Amino acid sequence: MSYIIDRRLNGKNKSMVNRQRFLRRYKKHIKKAVTESVNKRSITDMERGEKITIPTKDTSEPVFSHGSGGIRKRVLPGNKEFHAGDKILRPKGSAGGGSGEGQASNQGEGIDDFSFYISKDEFLDYVFEDLALPNMVKKTLNQHDEVEFRRAGFTTSGTANNLAIVRSMRSAQARRIALSASSRRKLKEALAELEKEENKDIDLRNKKLIEELNLHIQKLEGKIRKIPFIDTFDIKYRNIIKEPIPSTKAVMFCVMDVSGSMTQQIKDMAKRFYILLYLFLQRSYEKTEVVFIRHHTSAKEVTEEEFFYSRETGGTIVSSALELMSEIIQDRYSPSEWNIYAAQASDGDNWDDDSPQCAQILSTKIMPLLQYFAYIEITPNAHQALWHAYEDLRGSLGDRFAMEQITRADDIFPIFRDLFSRKALKEAV
Amino acid sequence: MNNKDNKPVKKRQPISEGSEWSFELLETYDKEIARIAKGFRLDTYPNQIEVISAEQMMDAYASSGMPISYNHWSYGKHFLHTQGNYQRGQMGLAYEIVINSDPCIAYLMEENTMCMQALVIAHASYGHNSFFKGNYLFKTWTDASAIIDYLVFSQNYIKKCEERHGVDAVEHILDAAHALMNYGVDRYKRPRPISANDEKLRQSEREDILQQQVNDLWRTIPQQEKSNVKKDKIFPSEPQENLLYFIEKNAPLLQPWQREILRIVRKLAQYFYPQRQTQVMNEGWATFWHYTLINSLYDEGLVTDGFMMEFLNSHTNVIFQPGFDSPYFSGINPYTLGFNMMSDIRRICEHPTEEDKKWFPNIAGSDWLDTLHFAMKNFKDESFVLQYLSPKLIRDLKLFSILDDDRKMHIQIEAIHDDDGYMKVREDLAKQYDLSYREPNIQVYSVDMEGDRSLTLHHYRQNNIPLNEESMDVIKHLRTLWGFDVYLHSLDEKGNVSKSYSCSQSHKATDDQLELTEH
Repeated sequence: MSYIIDRRLNGKNKSMVNRQRFLRRYKKHIKKAVTESVNKRSITDMERGEKITIPTKDTSEPVFSHGSGGIRKRVLPGNKEFHAGDKILRPKGSAGGGSGEGQASNQGEGIDDFSFYISKDEFLDYVFEDLALPNMVKKTLNQHDEVEFRRAGFTTSGTANNLAIVRSMRSAQARRIALSASSRRKLKEALAELEKEENKDIDLRNKKLIEELNLHIQKLEGKIRKIPFIDTFDIKYRNIIKEPIPSTKAVMFCVMDVSGSMTQQIKDMAKRFYILLYLFLQRSYEKTEVVFIRHHTSAKEVTEEEFFYSRETGGTIVSSALELMSEIIQDRYSPSEWNIYAAQASDGDNWDDDSPQCAQILSTKIMPLLQYFAYIEITPNAHQALWHAYEDLRGSLGDRFAMEQITRADDIFPIFRDLFSRKALKEAV
Repeated sequence: MNNKDNKPVKKRQPISEGSEWSFELLETYDKEIARIAKGFRLDTYPNQIEVISAEQMMDAYASSGMPISYNHWSYGKHFLHTQGNYQRGQMGLAYEIVINSDPCIAYLMEENTMCMQALVIAHASYGHNSFFKGNYLFKTWTDASAIIDYLVFSQNYIKKCEERHGVDAVEHILDAAHALMNYGVDRYKRPRPISANDEKLRQSEREDILQQQVNDLWRTIPQQEKSNVKKDKIFPSEPQENLLYFIEKNAPLLQPWQREILRIVRKLAQYFYPQRQTQVMNEGWATFWHYTLINSLYDEGLVTDGFMMEFLNSHTNVIFQPGFDSPYFSGINPYTLGFNMMSDIRRICEHPTEEDKKWFPNIAGSDWLDTLHFAMKNFKDESFVLQYLSPKLIRDLKLFSILDDDRKMHIQIEAIHDDDGYMKVREDLAKQYDLSYREPNIQVYSVDMEGDRSLTLHHYRQNNIPLNEESMDVIKHLRTLWGFDVYLHSLDEKGNVSKSYSCSQSHKATDDQLELTEH
């Protein structure tokens, strides 16, 4: 007797839980591998999985078995030239006859490392783990500018247009059944008795009893009839509540100095930082827009391509970019709808008398609208005027403002993590 | 394929022509194979043949073929390993997985051709299935009708434990239990068959009683007078081979749920125990029958020549045995040895030579089907080889026996496939399949009842073979379970301690232990 069953439509990811358990157990290894790979990878390459390698020793499941050495006997197939009593030199690398016939470990035999792949999403999750954008929680909790109407069960009070007819009729019927129960039972008994009496031979009927019963029945019927068909008590209204919807849109301003002093190498480093921020925002918000502003002596909104690769020379006036940014926010990104983030990268050059102005625009015009502003200075040299001007702002702007110095590509990820670490979030909230 | 011997075949009316399969065809093939199998007196559990995809096959792989199992990271590791190798094309998936259950569940992969599906049905659903039902080891040690229920029970129980005590605490116990899984088996005592219902019923009751017994054992209130007499008593009174059982019953600090988990792992180990002892026979039997059954289909004209060519190709691959000096060599292929021995028994019965009559006076010339069924039912690998390996097969496989003594420079060839060597080769090969030789002999020796509660184990070396390097890690796990210091002495054949392992309080495992017992 055989049953043939098609199981192909059953879930194929039965091992998913076990896989997650494995990843969970070796989180430390995986995170280390991911961090290394982030530093090595080219930026355009971020959205892809990664091969993770863990030393076999660390993933082994130890069991008791025979070690090498001792006296062993083995039977082997395929003899060609040996005779009983022959002595042969022990082959190298298999002292003591190898691992014998044990099949204790047929996993990973002869492989030094255990390696496997994690998917793109998993990779990014590890990259951004422990990170959260500062003030994101604040924004979603405190500012409910958009609301949504949502059904939330039924209430006993409301306006006529929200009357729930079916629900009201149902509760009216329930009430009628409940209130008339005892009367109807008595009525039924009385009717039965009456019928019994009337079925008797005409001479044997107790006329008095019949009369009494009829009266009783009339009374009961009246009682039942008196129960109101619908009562104010039955009326139900649809309950509709207002619910704030957290803003799910984010815009990210990339501001970069493209004056002569910015080399392509510095721009590339800045780019990595922007990409990390962008990927992170993308994971945190449903919709993320990016605005690129580059500046030398004057600022301009440009495309990504132009932003990173076109070269221009000239002096540096940072305030022009900040002015433009504040204009664009006014025009297109209402702070009530958008979570606004900005990241500025520069080599620190600025016209000396411009720096105080920058600080002023930032603190008065821009920061009140922003969730977060990050300034990174990519230079191995000493800080210049802009840094010092911003440094004064640090105290007054608190956690929403961050600045760091980057000297090498390796620094980017650690600094990114620092800027957006959960610790900072906790302080912010 | 022995057309010459038979009457000329009627005009061929094959069941199918192409290599595509369909559910109707599967059913037809299954019906035909079942009919022929019945003629050979193959007694099977009902079959449940499940068609699955390659991904599902990988899932099944990861949990040793079990359709249901509790969650553990090691299964995830096996899955990643399989998945990695498969996706890079480094390995193909097995054609089939079959589970010793009633009904007997066999998986067919949807990628297989019709020919492969028929082969797998014959191999798994009639070969392995009848072996599970007939062999004495499976009959005594496993209960095919209860296993699925038991797996469901254990999965639910462990899930509940995870909810209550946290994934980490459960994982910790499972890690330790898995390390000792092979030592969670009663080798000689016949176990009680498992049943999910009974387990559930007895569970709460048992928890209480167990804890009571353990507490009794470790009673600290001094007993009057009698205690003087008891002082010298060694506990346990006899060495214990079933380490997991001993710990489950006697470890002082384990919580009831932790004991239950040990019990679950132990029961599963017991369930797999017969499979580990009958690999050659089981695969040999199944391979012999897929070969015989499909050939019968061909003789009846039910399959095409093309089908047969594909079948023979697969069959030949399955029973390929590289020589010891080949780069592909990885031990004796159990399919080859098993299939050849089964076929050889048939040959000895049907066409015995003078040599066979001398070596196998009882079976030479007897009814081959009777003899084969008898062999399948009453042996395990070790005794099967010892009983039935014929000189002819030793010659065919060119088997030879070596002695490798690490104190000597050379490896000695002890015996080869000649008149003087047959007996020796056969004995040595049989020993190679004896689990008690393949696995180190480790037993619980004593517990320091009056002192520091430490547990002492003895490893009895055979042929001076030491323990592997991982042993220290296993002892750490053992300490986690026992809760107090653990010592393992490795004794040579004269009874002298040649190496000692210990895991004591100061060890890293202590932290884990604290973490464990807090719950």
